[in-house]
Amino acid sequence: MKKFLALLAVIALGVGIIKTLDNNVSFPKYGEAVIESRVSNFYIKKNVTEENSEVLFGGSDYETGSANFVTSIVANYRSFDTLGEVTVLFISAFGVALLLGSKEQKRLELNFKPNFMLQVGSRALFAIIVMVGLYISIHGHLTPGGGFPGGTIIAASVLLLYLSNDKFRTNIRGFRFMQSITGALYVIIGLVGLFVSGFFLENFLGTGIVGNLFSAGIIPIVYIIIGLKVGSDFSIIIDSFLTKEVSK
Amino acid sequence: MFNTVIEVILGLLLLFLAYKAIDSKELIKSVMYLSAVSMLSVVGFALMQAPDVAVTEAVIGSGMVTALFVFTLLSRKGVKR
Amino acid sequence: MIQIASILLVMLGLYGILTNRNIIKIIISLNIFEVGLNLFIVSLAYVEGGIDPILTSHSASSTLSFVDPLPHALVLTAIVIGVGTTALGLAFAKKIYAKYGTYELDEMGVE
Repeated sequence: MKKFLALLAVIALGVGIIKTLDNNVSFPKYGEAVIESRVSNFYIKKNVTEENSEVLFGGSDYETGSANFVTSIVANYRSFDTLGEVTVLFISAFGVALLLGSKEQKRLELNFKPNFMLQVGSRALFAIIVMVGLYISIHGHLTPGGGFPGGTIIAASVLLLYLSNDKFRTNIRGFRFMQSITGALYVIIGLVGLFVSGFFLENFLGTGIVGNLFSAGIIPIVYIIIGLKVGSDFSIIIDSFLTKEVSK
Repeated sequence: MFNTVIEVILGLLLLFLAYKAIDSKELIKSVMYLSAVSMLSVVGFALMQAPDVAVTEAVIGSGMVTALFVFTLLSRKGVKR
Repeated sequence: MIQIASILLVMLGLYGILTNRNIIKIIISLNIFEVGLNLFIVSLAYVEGGIDPILTSHSASSTLSFVDPLPHALVLTAIVIGVGTTALGLAFAKKIYAKYGTYELDEMGVE
């Protein structure tokens, strides 16, 4: 009986959504979105206040200087939403550490012992993975990616160290310190923008030439901070999952 | 034409694996089907010309979510690890 | 075609949340729901024959036809928040197993 009612509710929702799609009033047809009538037209032309300008690769003196349009939306035009997301990640790591953590803990013991090749090889891989993560995080304004996948790759290297060694625990106090410091640095950069030019989280360094590594104002700095914060967040979550209470 | 064929195959495969994920008897099989759905959605994102979203979903779907599910299922009592 | 598949994924995920009795399966269905939703939002941004929204030395001007970059930015945030929600839900499931010894909702009596 309950399954039949659930099926009925789900089919009603699906029929409602597909009929609204076919109407072409709120959503255009698939593949026929007209960019000129949306807000994204201003973000691509990099000119929120005036009309009709063109952005070239290698030009200079635009509103933002990043070659990746999605980065210029996430870190410059809608940077307040990124601040909200960083807060949500902070609260999630805080909640997991509150539920599953305590002061005296031992490592959760599994039944298999990792063999010799895993232990030695993972030490060589750890440095390479951290370098890849930092590379993706720094070049966020030139290549796809940005701070969020870069930080997750850094946390994946910590996960590799946990899986390859039976008695390993990181210095959890160091990760907590880095998480708090980078979270505070993001807000401090916003306040410096407020004091320099009157708007919170404003891009106060100059934009250079589009396509160089050192360009686009504070966007690479913001992405390095976000990458380190996301990496330390996920590392705290992984560490809380792999520990258990010391049995009294 | 080639694009349409790949889209149809991708859609059917996604739906079949998602149905197996929510309707399977053992828990570890459901987790593996969820990981497969995540990876196929990365192919879907790449077909729609969205590289940022594809890289983010690939790293997070395979590195974090699958690992968290496996660590939760490992801490059951009386389970052969 | 990917739009229809993503809406069916949303419906499958919702059906899984409503009818499953195992906590881990409910969290898995929530994740399938979120994958379908992200695919739907990105499919609203597709322009036929458009290229990916990055300026390189091959596509050097902004007058070419790009796909819409604004839904990509929204989906980037949504993916990371989905991971945060899943992590907190699994922490709860772990504590529930430590107290009651089972994952099924029907077998957790009143202690």
